[in-house]
Amino acid sequence: MATQSKRFVDNLGKIYGGYAGGFIGFVILLAILEQMGVSNRIIGYCFVFLTIGVYAYIGILSRTSELSEYYVAGRVVPPFFNGMATGADWMSAASFISMAGGLYLAGYGGLGYVLGWTGGYVLVGVLLAPYLRKFGQFTVPDFLGVRYEGNTARVCGVIVLFCASFTYIVAQTFGIGIITSRFLDIPFEVAIFVGLLGILVCSMLGGMRAVTWTQVAQYIILIIAYLTPVVWLSFKLYGNPIPQLAYGSVLQQISQFEGALGILKPHAAAYVDAKGAFSWVEFNNFWALVLTLMIGTASLPHILMRYFTTPNVRDARTSVGWSIFFIFLLYFTAPAYAAFAKLEVYSNVIGQPIASLPAWVQNWSQVGGLLTIKDANSDGILQLGEFIINQDIIVLSMPEIAGLPYVISGLVAAGGLAAALSTADGLLLAIANALSHDIYYKMIDPKATTVRRLVVARVLLVAVALVAAAVAGTRPAGIIQMVAWAFSLAAAGLFAPLVLGIWWKRTTGAGAIAGMIVGFGVCAFYLVGTRYFDMPLWFGIRNISSALFGLPLAFLVTWVVSLMTAPPSREMQDFVDSIRVPRGELAWVKGAVHE
Amino acid sequence: MAEQGKTLDMAPAKREAYWRKTSRLMWIIMALWVFFSFIIPAFAVQLNSIVIFGFPLGFYMAAQGSLISYVVLCFWNASAQNRIDQEFGVAED
Repeated sequence: MATQSKRFVDNLGKIYGGYAGGFIGFVILLAILEQMGVSNRIIGYCFVFLTIGVYAYIGILSRTSELSEYYVAGRVVPPFFNGMATGADWMSAASFISMAGGLYLAGYGGLGYVLGWTGGYVLVGVLLAPYLRKFGQFTVPDFLGVRYEGNTARVCGVIVLFCASFTYIVAQTFGIGIITSRFLDIPFEVAIFVGLLGILVCSMLGGMRAVTWTQVAQYIILIIAYLTPVVWLSFKLYGNPIPQLAYGSVLQQISQFEGALGILKPHAAAYVDAKGAFSWVEFNNFWALVLTLMIGTASLPHILMRYFTTPNVRDARTSVGWSIFFIFLLYFTAPAYAAFAKLEVYSNVIGQPIASLPAWVQNWSQVGGLLTIKDANSDGILQLGEFIINQDIIVLSMPEIAGLPYVISGLVAAGGLAAALSTADGLLLAIANALSHDIYYKMIDPKATTVRRLVVARVLLVAVALVAAAVAGTRPAGIIQMVAWAFSLAAAGLFAPLVLGIWWKRTTGAGAIAGMIVGFGVCAFYLVGTRYFDMPLWFGIRNISSALFGLPLAFLVTWVVSLMTAPPSREMQDFVDSIRVPRGELAWVKGAVHE
Repeated sequence: MAEQGKTLDMAPAKREAYWRKTSRLMWIIMALWVFFSFIIPAFAVQLNSIVIFGFPLGFYMAAQGSLISYVVLCFWNASAQNRIDQEFGVAED
């Protein structure tokens, strides 16, 4: 097993290079078939089933009966590939499909998401990842349990992890259902369970090991799918195959149209309200959102646990660099998508006779709910106010705007599916591992055998996946809102105990537990109060940035209570010292159970 | 953790010096992170009056410039911390 795995790791470049080439060949083959008259529906089926088939194949090849393979992929994942896996783990259906559309609608305001969902990796790389890797256990609550000496801290960690990750995975399952149902033309409720199979085949047999290698495969597909249409459009219209540079001139054209159309809120203008005037509320919400998303990034266990899988501490640090690089590739492209789509709408859609709108507008206005055209004043000309566009449509319709064949639309769907599946897998594993390792093994049955632990881990994995699919099947309202909650909850509940546990030796168990409860509690109170009970906003901060109040309180309470309680023992301080240094064994506190 | 050898015996003074240097690097990177994440966006309105290759600068920084700085910061952190590790003889084999 070990030697086989080593040979595999040595040949990763060749294997995934061949895989990427094969995938491109497959797209070309389908393009040829499309020219020969194969129907769109068949092409959609090919994309969905072939890609899920590949993931399933990798998942089955990566099956394992070893604990360290199941929980941390045997700690053999090279930094470069762990970076790709983290990229896929990180970028969800929301990043892939909705973000560019959000930027289209919000202009500069939407860039808060671009900043917030990238900058957190600096915190991960500097403050947390190398030290958690040195700690070298299986889960994030593991660290809390050992550092704060007891199951109370561990359970608090599991609760925060569960609340943050479960809302997130429901949203991903929902996204998978939408994409699958659209491209397979089957009912949403059935599509969710097709997608569920797609999630489970990747993770059930091989745990983290299988998820890692499928996530690398999923990253490759999602980045090819995201870049292809926009690079093509940029090349076709501006002769520049680098859309990220070409959209500068597009922004200028957009602002000319904005002047001509009398739009009050320009695309690139920062912190303006609907009337185009500077607004402190917008300003404050922008930085609050950036802060919340960044801290949330550095607190979400499904991301942190990816850095448990590198061979050593040095590789964990480098791996954070590769992660942010691979994420950057998508995030700095999204604003280009938004700009191209906006210019297309301003120049070829608004002010045109409704009878002769571009084909993509006519096609999408026939699909329910995504694009609405209503000739309110019945003059036969489309006015700005008569055109309502859903944010999901920007990425989905780009192949048609660029005049690309249907096969590219199928490619984009495969990319969206890869993004949703990979994130769902990472989240599912984070939740199921916390339940099977932290709750079952550490607290209920510490004498369980390896075989039994793996059985429990898999049963819980399937159970969590089924519950998530069932909840997603009810189409819960405000699903996008709930994703944003995950960041606030994780940030307010986990960031302070993790960072202080490493960087401030004086942090005591009582302090950390009090900090977690207060931080998480205040954040959840604000979220629920403002969302469901018409509680007024504090300082005008929208509830998407709820962590803004819980987070500083978590630090403050941890600090005060730590100083009020007896300092951690000499042994615990030595243990923290040993975490801070890459080399050498850990100085375990007596009685701490570890692998 | 057999690959890491036995517990590291490090003189307390040396350990403190190592951690001081590590902390200093951490604070420098955190300061740059604050600069690119909060200070620059705070002046987006003013920066937007500067236009480079069609990009208003405030918009450009939030859409690309700060992101590039994050990539650089992460790789720089990795290499600078490695140098510190080697200087103190605590780098992994």
